Amino acid sequence: MKLQRKNRLRALSLGAVAVSGALALTACGSDDTGGGSGASGAPSAAAGSIKCDDAKGELLAAGSSAQKNAIDAWMKQYTASCKDVRINYNPNGSGAGITNFLQGQTAFAGSDSPLDAEEIAKSKEVCKDSQAIDLPMVGGPIAVSYNLPGVDGLVLDAPTLAKIFDDKIKTWDDEAIAKLNPDAKLPGTKIQTFHRSDDSGTTDNFTKYLKAAAADNWKYEGGKAWQAKGGQSASGSSGLAQQVTQTAGAISYMELSYAKDAQTVHVKTGAATPVEATVDNATKAIAEAKVVGEGSDLALELNYEPTADGAYPITLVTYEIACEKGNKAETLAATKSFLTYVASEEGQAILKDASYAPMPEEIITKVRETVANLS
Amino acid sequence: MDISTQDAPVPPPAPAPSLEQKRASRGATRPGDRVFLGLSRGSGILLLVIMAAIAGFLTYRAALAISEDEANFLTSFEWDANGTPPKFGIAVLAYGTVISSVIAMVIAVPISVGIALFITHYAPRRLGGVISYVIDLLAAVPSIVYGLWGALVLVPHLNGLYGWLDDYLGWTGVFEWQGGAARSLFTVGILLAIMILPIVTNVSREVFRQSPQMIEEAALALGATRWEVIRMSVLPFGRSGVISASMLGLGRALGETMAVATVLSPSFLINASLLDPGGGTFAQNIASKFGEATPVGRDALIASGLVLFVITLLVNGAARAIIARRKEYSGANA
Amino acid sequence: MSHAVTEKRPSSLKGGSLPRWSAWAVALAATGAGLGISAAAGLDSSIQWALIAALLFVLVNYVLAVRVEGRRQAKDRLATSLVWVAFLLAVIPLASLIWETVSRGLKVFDVYFLTHSMGVVSDTEPGGGIYHAIIGTLEQVALATLIAVPIGVLTAVYLVEYGRGRLAKTVTFFVDVMTGIPSIVAGLFILSIMLILDLQPFGFAGSLALAILMMPVVVRSTEEMLKLVPNELREASLALGVPKWRTIMKVVLPTSIGGITTGVMLAVARIMGETAPVLLLVWGADYINNNPFEGAQASLPLYIYEQYANSAGSPAAYNRAWAAALALIAIVMILNLAARGIARWKAPKTGR
Repeated sequence: MKLQRKNRLRALSLGAVAVSGALALTACGSDDTGGGSGASGAPSAAAGSIKCDDAKGELLAAGSSAQKNAIDAWMKQYTASCKDVRINYNPNGSGAGITNFLQGQTAFAGSDSPLDAEEIAKSKEVCKDSQAIDLPMVGGPIAVSYNLPGVDGLVLDAPTLAKIFDDKIKTWDDEAIAKLNPDAKLPGTKIQTFHRSDDSGTTDNFTKYLKAAAADNWKYEGGKAWQAKGGQSASGSSGLAQQVTQTAGAISYMELSYAKDAQTVHVKTGAATPVEATVDNATKAIAEAKVVGEGSDLALELNYEPTADGAYPITLVTYEIACEKGNKAETLAATKSFLTYVASEEGQAILKDASYAPMPEEIITKVRETVANLS
Repeated sequence: MDISTQDAPVPPPAPAPSLEQKRASRGATRPGDRVFLGLSRGSGILLLVIMAAIAGFLTYRAALAISEDEANFLTSFEWDANGTPPKFGIAVLAYGTVISSVIAMVIAVPISVGIALFITHYAPRRLGGVISYVIDLLAAVPSIVYGLWGALVLVPHLNGLYGWLDDYLGWTGVFEWQGGAARSLFTVGILLAIMILPIVTNVSREVFRQSPQMIEEAALALGATRWEVIRMSVLPFGRSGVISASMLGLGRALGETMAVATVLSPSFLINASLLDPGGGTFAQNIASKFGEATPVGRDALIASGLVLFVITLLVNGAARAIIARRKEYSGANA
Repeated sequence: MSHAVTEKRPSSLKGGSLPRWSAWAVALAATGAGLGISAAAGLDSSIQWALIAALLFVLVNYVLAVRVEGRRQAKDRLATSLVWVAFLLAVIPLASLIWETVSRGLKVFDVYFLTHSMGVVSDTEPGGGIYHAIIGTLEQVALATLIAVPIGVLTAVYLVEYGRGRLAKTVTFFVDVMTGIPSIVAGLFILSIMLILDLQPFGFAGSLALAILMMPVVVRSTEEMLKLVPNELREASLALGVPKWRTIMKVVLPTSIGGITTGVMLAVARIMGETAPVLLLVWGADYINNNPFEGAQASLPLYIYEQYANSAGSPAAYNRAWAAALALIAIVMILNLAARGIARWKAPKTGR
């Protein structure tokens, strides 16, 4: 009897130790990782101009993974100035981000495509008589990156890209590629195409480009899910980047920020020389976009066949989505102050470091006006 | 146990119970007994309710999704559940799930039986103990860690093997390889095999350990070699046990999510070659499509989860039925 | 390697026999040959030479035995070498897994890593830690345990002490079946409830799914333990007029508490590594969130997945993933060892 008592006590005390251990642990951690890493984007002096007003609390946001790196960069600068705000951005995808926002779970959403009519109608619930609006904040080139040692500055045009990704061109020394790259020594290796296994706005924009610029060679409907047959896949731009760097003969598409370590294709457009995927070149192409949103909504329609010199045609614009009026009272101040910073000159300027393209002047001015009026 | 038998854990010498008390203790008639019985029976019923609720809720959401489906849910090769109109079917997922699990079984079962025999009949007693201990611990390695290891260590190492298979067996069509990363169903099968190895080994080991020693010794005494003893006495005895162990492993392999999601390059087509991309699995598809899913897309994923649920129910039910039959047959209790 | 069996018999009766060291010699030779062939043919994968070596080992052993010892003995040797090969085949990947995790994980595994969250560190740059993930995992698992253990133990008590008839049989069957529920299905179940109730992701939702996964394991192990309690104990207690419920509480459960604790800890170790339900229900977060009832939380397994999936091949993220894997394995192993310790300490002295 005595023995058992003791055992039970021990079992109990074991549990008690576990619980109290966990409780004790909750007291000793730290979120303060700002200066520790010493890597890119440590809070800069420019951050001084950020206006926190009375912003505080947790700002939940979710959506496009394409703008995750941009949000990370902004977040670092912003929270260095406004220490009372915590931003939790979940890169769970544009679709999920919009769904979360429409259900009132998040303060704003990040999306690769503007809201459609149905979503705007739905947003009237969460925005209390007002509606949600699209604010284009980040642009970016979708780089086509490849892994072909010894071949620099590969040039491809839309029909060739379409044929490659449709498994019609199977080897790197194919005639169509050779014609575009007369000077390059193309190996006879097989082309390994990689596409996204998850649904994605990047896929959507890339295939929209193929469809617009090479309609004869790209017969698929398009959309966020990859539709062509063949090729390998990986999850997220991050997964594609991993695969391209690891696999010889690989080619894939991803936001430029993910293609840092790989070669990128120069795309032949209507302009005189093939265009490299850079942030400046993307901004030039985005400048040809039209605003198609109504009222304060700033949804853009991209031009996938820009004619300007040095305009890179495969681009992506990602939006922040918030309520025009009727934002949740708890998070309004933080949302507004964060978005104001994002649209500000400093906010746009740091985008280049993260391999994103700032919005063209004309568009970002409109965004600033709109953000100032959020309520 | 000896502790408890020595001092029966009952407070000091009680007077001989009266007849009345005896009767009372027989059934659950006292209030305390009734409450306790109610509680414990309630818990049992709660488990049943949970199972029913899982089936019910999944079926409900699945029905919502399937009613919106523009393609045939069972036979379509497409998965565009987020599109308008949504089109999705589970054919490719069912194929990938079954094939990868079958590959895992083909690799893992013989090896597991080998290890189980090694532990029970070949290794020195002490070494056997250590090994089974290690295998037990490995059963506890989280699947995400297997996934990480699979993607970053196993996949690069498999390139050579894939090249071989393509060179020597490519003509069969099953082992053709276009190159690229070795992230196919075959790789998933290998990884799953490694993951289910501990569980299959453990159960087989327990079964082999119970094989009747007398018969083995008799056979040895008659001059049989060790292998003959195993073939004639241990394996027949353990057959149903090994089958049920394999089914348990199969159940595990079918539902594995994260390890598959990190290793596989999924695609919505069926490829004759096991080494080239083709197919996905139910669980992997849910994990990787969940992020961008629209409300309908989510329900579609839940519908595919329901199919997975039913399949694992069948497999596990079958395994348990075999175990139960064996228990009755051998009279073994444990 | 060569066995007691073959030795005990006088060799004069069965002709020649290979010396005891032959198998080791063959193994060495086969390994050497495997390495040699690979080097000659320029095969870079360790899997290839290991397979060549294994094949050579089995073949040479067999051929030698056929020559010297005869067909029956050769078959025995073939089986023996196959069993050894099976063992090695299984050990190599498992050893590699542990080795890689430890050696790569130790690169960033330090006090800073354990006491800091990811904060504002972006996925591809170095820095950050797993503190928030550890908290999340501990809280979610603790809550799941709080739910699953009482229900599981009571169910087991019902099955062993009261259970007769159809209800008990049904419960037993479904407990068995429930053991096989894939974790992602449990996650989807809770998710479908959350969708109906319009709830946002939070730690406790993950706990619910984990509890579903844990319950059947607890029931099974508790059941086994309760069955081991000798009936004499129950009878003695009942004969003294102690009510049945008190008998269970004071006699049966205390007697088996060691085994039950072991079972619970093994179950805890099992659910601690579950990623899928957490991915669906808890969301993941970069900051410390001590409240499991509100807001997204992180968790260790999910953290590993995120670091892998969002890394874009960045070594910093991979290092963090390995270090987190190391931490997770360490926690799980400690729980396992503790469970085994309790089991051994409480085990009946007789028995296997």
